[in-house]
Formats: sequence, structure tokens, C-alpha cells
Amino acid sequence: MENQTREALKRTPLHAEHQALGARFTAFGGWEMPVQYTGIVAEHVATREKAGLFDLSHMGEFFVEGPGAEAFLQRLTTNDLGRLAVGQAHYSMLLNPSGGVVDDIVVYRRTRGFMVVVNGANVTKDWTWVAAQGPGPGVELRDATLETALIAVQGPKAADIVAQVADQSLGELYYYRFVEGKADGVPAIIARTGYTGEDGFELYVAAAEAPRLWRRLLAVGEPLGLVPVGLGARDTLRLEMAYPLYGNDLTDETTPLEAGLNWVVKLEKGEFIGREALLKQQAEGVKRKLAGFVVEGGVARHGYGLKAPDGAAAGEVTSGSFSPTLGRNIGLGYLRADLAAEGQEIGVEIRGKAVPAKVVRTPFVPARTCKPPKQPAAPGA
Amino acid sequence: MYPKELKYTREHEWVRVSGKRAIVGITDHAQKELGDVVFVELPAVGDTTTQGGEFAVVESVKAVSEVYAPVSGTVVEVNENLSDHPETINQDPYGDGWIAVIELSDPGELDNLLSADDYAAFVGGEEGGGR
Repeated sequence: MENQTREALKRTPLHAEHQALGARFTAFGGWEMPVQYTGIVAEHVATREKAGLFDLSHMGEFFVEGPGAEAFLQRLTTNDLGRLAVGQAHYSMLLNPSGGVVDDIVVYRRTRGFMVVVNGANVTKDWTWVAAQGPGPGVELRDATLETALIAVQGPKAADIVAQVADQSLGELYYYRFVEGKADGVPAIIARTGYTGEDGFELYVAAAEAPRLWRRLLAVGEPLGLVPVGLGARDTLRLEMAYPLYGNDLTDETTPLEAGLNWVVKLEKGEFIGREALLKQQAEGVKRKLAGFVVEGGVARHGYGLKAPDGAAAGEVTSGSFSPTLGRNIGLGYLRADLAAEGQEIGVEIRGKAVPAKVVRTPFVPARTCKPPKQPAAPGA
Repeated sequence: MYPKELKYTREHEWVRVSGKRAIVGITDHAQKELGDVVFVELPAVGDTTTQGGEFAVVESVKAVSEVYAPVSGTVVEVNENLSDHPETINQDPYGDGWIAVIELSDPGELDNLLSADDYAAFVGGEEGGGR
């Protein structure tokens, strides 16, 4: 757990709202965050079936602007900004020179410059890292974490709910697109992004406006089944999608190739920090892979050992939980590469016993995000 | 809610004694603190328990929690229903959510347990110091 006292923890602008809703709090990355309101399973199920409301104001927002912004970010991140149009966002990574993940991030290309959203627990570390990479005089960096609130609405009813507060039509706003408009009358970045695998939105607003927007979303959403959701269910929702969590599944010592995130790494785009190390690792082949598995008894927890069928140590669990959707215990872990194929029988060391588990395809549960309609097939194709 | 006819431990287990048999479970306070129970590791029939020794494990989404035997003796029955329906512990902690039956080897140990009032006071104090 965090080696900090409660008093030292930061609070989001929505802290009083959570208290009024009867939340239980936990320390997460230096923030005092709601972990649950009524119960993790109920909040998880509500998000999958109706809609969930999340306070993600602990996430960090860096604004990177100026004539040198794009070249600077291209050098710092793995994905290719050359493929990112204004109004689009993409998932990306900051790597260290060894190819280890400094953080996993989302980059939004605005009309003027970029918004880089980083993990709440990593704001200080990332800011120090980014500033140390020599942004140069053509790059303006601004950390807007404390003055920015982030509220997410996720689930099949999210579009109906957000449509009632947005100042514009959201029908053509597909997954990983965003608009800069208004929500409940206040300036907002409205992004069709999320960490649940459901359709949904993330709304970035000024911290001072957040409580009113939160209450308004709850008021318009409650008739449609919207409930507030804490970090507990956020974790089970993302785990069902096998979305990695920084600090568990991604660290300074793991590479995106080991994590199976090759699609986030555009090695052909040109030089970026960590590229040389990844090229070398790609040529040699990865020795371990992040794999998803289902456990037959007991819950796999972060740090538990993984075993080969012959009993040899074969890796470590990085995330594990009960899956409310499947009713089974699922997990992610780095496994010896030869054991990471679907169907492989492995063991999870739980309280001194090797409990049977099996490697499965991920995501554990299919995503239902709002992808653009498929282009009609070309004639004769 | 702490039924008067039960006895309690400071580790949040309860026992319902009739003759030499003690039905054992975890308290309503414990299940609320744990949240949704998703897995129960039951003892085996025939296992020997020692008062205060580990004898089962209850896991919620977020936490792993040991269950300590409130009394010494021999496990004579376990609640197999919890394997498929661990959530029963949340729904009915003093009834269908029982964990096991222990045949007492030393009924004198019951004097070490708390009454409902003492347990309520204990939990009240603990709650006051927590969140």
C-alpha cells in the first residue's frame, strides 16, 4: 500500500460528492479516491448493463503546444502522430531507453497542440521525465492536472445520457474521437474513450465546474440506470478487457512487446526513445509474454507465482480478480513465452498450492465500443 | 446486527453452539468490510482446528481474508454450497452463509469468546477508529 498518511493524500474536486453518496475511499497513487459506493460487483454489472459514472480527476493532463510540439512528442512516444488527425486520440507509451514503459498514455490532437493524459500515480514521474528530454524553446509544456477534472460515463446508456448535457450531436463521434464543446453549458473536451470496453465518454472540464456537471449527469442518468462507480469496479471492468494497468501489468521493467502491445508501437515511424531496445528485442524474440488466464479455484492476485505444468517457476501474476460478467476468476501475468499460447495449462501458486489455470484469448469479454461503420467492400474484392 | 444467541471473536467470526457442535461463520460486520465475497476456501471434514488458528479463507473482489477457528476441535461438516455461491456469505452471514461445523474438543474455550454486546462494543470502537 501507499506509504503515506491519509492527510497527505490529494482529493479530487468531487470528493464531497463521493462522501454524500456514501463512498468508501482508498489511497491510489497519492489520491484519496472512491473505491466503491454500493458494492464492486453491483457497480460493475450496472456499467455493463446500463451505465456507470466515474470520477477520474486523479488522471494527469499535460498540454504540449508550440511549433516543436509534434516532433518532440514523436520522439517521446511509441505511436505515430503522423496518423493522428485533429479531433482524434490514440493510445501510446512513453518508454525509457531500455524499452521499459515509463507510462501508458492517451494523446489527443487538438487544433492547437496536444493534450497528453497520463496515469494519476505517474504525474510527477512523467512530468520530470518529459521535462528532462529537452523539449527546447519551440515546445510549451503545461501540467493542468490539478485544475482539470475528468468525469467518465460508460455503458450502453452512456450515449443517451451524455447527449442530454452535450451542446452538439455525438452520433458521428466514434471511438477515440473527441470534440471541444460544452457539457451542461461549460467548456468541455468530450471524448468517446474509456477504460471499460463499453461505449462511453470521458469529459474534461475545469475543476470548479465538476461538481455541478457530476450532479447533472447523475440526475439525467439515474432514470436510465446510471450509478456512480468506484475504482474497484473500474479495475474489474478493465481487467475483463485485458486493458493493462500501469504499476501492475506495465512497469519501467516491462516492454510493450512483452505486453503484446505491438500495435501501439510504430517502429517504422522513425527514431523515438526506446526504439533501439525494442528492435533488438524484436530480433531476439521476447522471452516472456503478458497472457490472460482463467483460474479453476481461488483468486489470482498481483505477485502470485505462475507455474509450468512440470512445476517450474514460469512467471508472475500482474493482475487478478473475479470477473462478474463471466462468474470466473481471471488474471493477467507475464509467462514464459513458450507457455503463453491459448489453451496452455498452467498453475497459479495460491497459498502454497499450484491451482490449475488455463491460458485464454483476451479480451476475456468482447468490447462494445462505438467503432465507425465498416466501409463497404470494394466491388470484386 | 449481532444475534444475542451467538458468541463472537475479535477476528469477526461467530459460533452457534448446540451441545458439542459449533456452527461457525463470519459476522455481518466482516462481510460488509470485505465486500462482495467471490471465493471461499473451505476446510476439509476431519481437519483439526485450534482456537485462533487459520481454518478457512474468504476472498472478496479486493481482499483475501483468513478465517480463524473460534474453537478447537474437529471439522465435522462444511458448507459446500459456498463453493458455487460464495455470495451467500454477504446475503445471510448468520444463516445460509455458515462456513463449517466444528465438534468441540474443549467447551471451556467458549468462555474466551465475546457476547453480542461485547462484540458490538468492540466493533463500534474499531469503526470509530477506521474510516
